[in-house]
Amino acid sequence: MTIATATLRNQVAAVEPRAAGFFADTATIAGRALRAIPRDVETVIPPIFIALFFFLVNIGTLSDLTEGQIEGFDFTAFQLPTAILLGVTGVSRAPALVLDVQNGYFDRLLLTPVRRLAILLGHMVADVTVACALIIPIVIVGFIVGVRFETGPLGILAFILLGAMWSLAFSGFGYAIALKTGNPGAVNSSFLLFFPFLFLTSSYVPREQLSGWLDTVATWNPVTYLLEGLRSLLVDGWEWGDLVKAVIAISIVGAVSMSMCFAALRGRIRRG
Amino acid sequence: MTSTDFAVRASAHRNRPEPTGENEMCSAIRSTALVRQYGEVTAVDGVDLDVASGEIYGFLGPNGAGKSTMVRMLCTLLGPTSGSATVAGFDVVEDPASVRLRIGVALQEAALDPRQTGSELLRLQGLLYGLTRSDANRRVGELAELIDIGDALDRRISTYSGGMRRRLDLAAALVHNPQILFLDEPTTGLDPVSRAAVWEEVRRLNVDLGMTIFLTTQYLEEADVLADRVGIIDAGHLVAEGTPADLKKSIGTDVIVARLDRDASTVCSAIEQVPGVLSVEARGTELIVATSDGSATVSPVAVALSACDVTVRDLTLRTTSLDDVFLELTGNRLEQDDSQGVGS
Repeated sequence: MTIATATLRNQVAAVEPRAAGFFADTATIAGRALRAIPRDVETVIPPIFIALFFFLVNIGTLSDLTEGQIEGFDFTAFQLPTAILLGVTGVSRAPALVLDVQNGYFDRLLLTPVRRLAILLGHMVADVTVACALIIPIVIVGFIVGVRFETGPLGILAFILLGAMWSLAFSGFGYAIALKTGNPGAVNSSFLLFFPFLFLTSSYVPREQLSGWLDTVATWNPVTYLLEGLRSLLVDGWEWGDLVKAVIAISIVGAVSMSMCFAALRGRIRRG
Repeated sequence: MTSTDFAVRASAHRNRPEPTGENEMCSAIRSTALVRQYGEVTAVDGVDLDVASGEIYGFLGPNGAGKSTMVRMLCTLLGPTSGSATVAGFDVVEDPASVRLRIGVALQEAALDPRQTGSELLRLQGLLYGLTRSDANRRVGELAELIDIGDALDRRISTYSGGMRRRLDLAAALVHNPQILFLDEPTTGLDPVSRAAVWEEVRRLNVDLGMTIFLTTQYLEEADVLADRVGIIDAGHLVAEGTPADLKKSIGTDVIVARLDRDASTVCSAIEQVPGVLSVEARGTELIVATSDGSATVSPVAVALSACDVTVRDLTLRTTSLDDVFLELTGNRLEQDDSQGVGS
């Protein structure tokens, strides 16, 4: 630790701290979250593996059965949106945020002039980027096994965006638990929410084939409408009614999860 | 304390910049009847502080006394239950953003992200304080020299030793050249060499840059060596405040410590009668006698002990310490091992 006094004075004289601004803060936090992803590949590899595994196993085992039962039914195209949601639901930087809370780095961020909301939004920008990066290889595998988009290249873009927006909407639950509890175990347990959302719906067969209580639950499950919107891009062309329902479903889940996570952020800041 | 320490302290006073601008209008840190409660527990109970610009203020107390809670309130991380505080002239509740721009903080546990490299962490810190990317990069280079961890700055923080983490944490607190630096137990858990390095850096920041430093510690020697003034906190109350010399003088210049073969409380009344004795404290078999002139009083105390028919196993004369002050004020000693302290 040896710096001449005059040098030290000159150095610090040139430093003028100021609030960087909301967008700059968000970009800085997002940059950090994105830089961390290659170092946390274990958070990205399993979801994509699970998605591709079930996609290929399901079409291998159920294609003939379902396509034989329903005339003109393309089970491979039907399964691609399910695979996308299996891959991106629950993928977020919430586990990294809970580590920040645990090791005190979250406090270091709070000690800077960073906008509090930017801390969350920066992580979520990274989540959307990761979700897109997860969806693209699954879509490519879909192409390899014969899936085609009736809506063309714009439809592919809409498909990726809907999947990424769903990932973002669902990630709010993970952030809420992370900020509320500061407990990695609790954050990891949030995957339990994944099951009712993803399996009490038309994941494996069309809604018309569901019956009894499962049909009733699927009617109320927003994922049903998201899946139908995504499938419409593949099979039916631009069906605006289905797409609007999908966007509304994402918005409802997002409104609930974001309200919870922003409340948890306020609570954590208040508790200090 | 060595003569070097006194020289450093005197130098700090000589080099202290004259208050200018907003500092002229106010103290660096001021709190009035500051209270923080956690449910039924009152961690900080009506603390009044006034820390001058350019001062090193030592906040001394045992674990759980309320030191860290006080720092968290002054740093805007924690809202007070009642009372008020200003830092750099800005209210910590009404205008926390202005406070944050002017303070640097190194919390008790180094608040670092182990997945980043040291340079990434410092650069990000600079960007959050509104530095341009080139300024942030330049500042990383400057701080790299300051904390002297060489090539390790480009390694993941998870590979750093405890001392390196502390130094990086300090550098992160300095990225934006704060007016006021809060250090919450900056040397706890450090080896003597790292501890001495932190002390040297604290002095230099104060002397060279006139930075106000609010330092919490449970190490008596640290407060004694570094602080211009010391506040002693116990159970959330500020029980004494002053320069280390004044605080020690308040309970007498010298201390005679006698280890006896029996409970020392049995001889307290006899020793209190000895001329020159200011106060007597018994702690088990240890008798602590405060006096204004140790060399003149030690013989009469020895004679009085002999007259009480007790065996004196050990008799020592030393100057008073802040621990004696703490004992006098609270009835307890600071419970920690101060033997790690390093002279400098």
